[in-house]
Amino acid sequence: MPNLEFEGKTYEVDEEGYLTDWQVWNEGIAGHMAKLDGLELSSAHWDVIRFLRDYFQKYQIAPMIKILTKEIGKVMGPEKGNTKYLYELYPAGPAKQACRYAGLPKPTGCV
Amino acid sequence: MAIKVEAPELTGKIITPGVKKDASKEQKPFLAKPDLMTKVGFTTERPPDWKEKFLEKMAEVLKKYRSVRLFLDICVRCGACTDKCHYFLGTGDPRNMPVYRQELMRSVYRRYFTLPGKLFRNLASTQDLTEELLDSWLTYYYQCSQCRRCSVFCPYGIDTAEITMAAREILDSIGMGSKYNLEIVNKAETIGNNLGMIPAALRNSLDFVEEEIKEKTGVDVKLPMDVEGADILFVTPSADFFAAPHIESLAGYAKVFHQAGVNWTISSYASEAGNFGMFIGNYNHMKTINKRIWDIARQLKVKRVIAGECGHAWRVLYSFSNTLNGPFDFLDARYRKPQHICEFTLDLVKKGALKIDKTANDNFTVTFHDSCNVARASRMGDTPGDQFTIPRELIKSVCTKYVDMQADTIRERTFCCGGGGGVLTDELIDIRVKGAMPRMQALKAVKDSYGVNFLALICAICKAQCTKIFPYYGYDMEEVGGIHQLVSNAVILGAKEGI
Repeated sequence: MPNLEFEGKTYEVDEEGYLTDWQVWNEGIAGHMAKLDGLELSSAHWDVIRFLRDYFQKYQIAPMIKILTKEIGKVMGPEKGNTKYLYELYPAGPAKQACRYAGLPKPTGCV
Repeated sequence: MAIKVEAPELTGKIITPGVKKDASKEQKPFLAKPDLMTKVGFTTERPPDWKEKFLEKMAEVLKKYRSVRLFLDICVRCGACTDKCHYFLGTGDPRNMPVYRQELMRSVYRRYFTLPGKLFRNLASTQDLTEELLDSWLTYYYQCSQCRRCSVFCPYGIDTAEITMAAREILDSIGMGSKYNLEIVNKAETIGNNLGMIPAALRNSLDFVEEEIKEKTGVDVKLPMDVEGADILFVTPSADFFAAPHIESLAGYAKVFHQAGVNWTISSYASEAGNFGMFIGNYNHMKTINKRIWDIARQLKVKRVIAGECGHAWRVLYSFSNTLNGPFDFLDARYRKPQHICEFTLDLVKKGALKIDKTANDNFTVTFHDSCNVARASRMGDTPGDQFTIPRELIKSVCTKYVDMQADTIRERTFCCGGGGGVLTDELIDIRVKGAMPRMQALKAVKDSYGVNFLALICAICKAQCTKIFPYYGYDMEEVGGIHQLVSNAVILGAKEGI
């Protein structure tokens, strides 16, 4: 099993770099993962990550993308409540890249 | 981590490539970790005596599924199948010629299970079971989407999907399971759906769709969950509760039920119509997953079961269900058991029970991609071929502009989208993109000639796959959607209550 080293600690991740245990996550890990991808997390990135984690705590799954875009639209203004804006924030795909930084597993199934 | 993806050039023509040995040899599924293997009841890792275990399992499979043995025996290597597989056409790897992929199993079969092979190993085209051969099994039996297009052209009717399913079952038995498929099997069996949506998450999604419909139309359309005594249990792939563009079809189903004035429900226990037990060739898992639907149908005392847009779910429900967990004599005999949503909706349209505004889809020129498992492994309606005509009739009833793609790529000769049969996973993205090539060429031809800008689908896998691979071919992912997305656009709510 591959590992992620951060601040002297070792975190277990899967083949694609997702934490295998969402509860060991901390904000530093998200920043570290982004840095490895050459990305600096802005407050907009953090809004997405926090929403994803809050939703996951409640429902044990990340929200569907439309719920996420609607929420972002509410928080940041309607012009930003769309998939295009989320892809600007997370070029590798909001569902997957943002979930990874948020320490959440990738959704499975026919998606 | 990033996988190099090379999309074939789009010309509008499907040309058989030159043979490129080992072209897709490196593309394999991730293996399931021991804890996941344990959860689904398989050996955790490859045992030291794996060869014995492999052959034991193979003997069991050959005994249990006589079709597999027959298919291994009767191939005459005529070559009719060689250029029929989308993965061969997309990669040029000769191992993706169906006959040559099957040879991975057939050579082992001859070597260990036939007299000529046991006596004259060198003369009977046999292969010893080796690490290298095992590696090829893992690679190429996950480069088959069980679409069965090759079988249509096989003069003996050899069903490649059966061979692939058997191969995966044997691999699972020696601890080599696909992480993607087994995670899904486990979630379907423990939580009730492939995504792992708990009832609260499902309800949250349904609430969201209700709100969206209300915002757009002003009408209160309900998406009921776990209603005892409902007339209809509606089962659909859980992707419909979660993914785009799937969710648009969910709104479409709900509007149709609303307009029909029927009492329907979704179940949080059987919140999945899909059944990955089929993809891994394991009938026990297929049965367990399928049983949830029938258990809840009895418990909720419904009269009918209707299935949403999902290709392999429809195959399992239509073709396997009755023998796995039937008979379904408790359902109302006046209706099909089960019924496909396209049958249900078209029937209402024909009766005049839905008021349709076709101009709502005037910005689309639509074509339809027949899903493999609907086209070649099941049926709809009363007469042979209705599984082709019903979806098309339904599209035409809600759209003004419709064209078919070229004849050798539709109906029973349809090409797989490239993501079916348990390969819809990110680590196989390159093979998925290449496998989509024939479908993309046929689509390009109608795009160029007729300006097609909407690919209508009735399968959650096709929807996810096409959305993902369209950008690699320079197409907009918004041009993909379900038939009930088109229905959703066109149906006028409140125009007529009840039937």
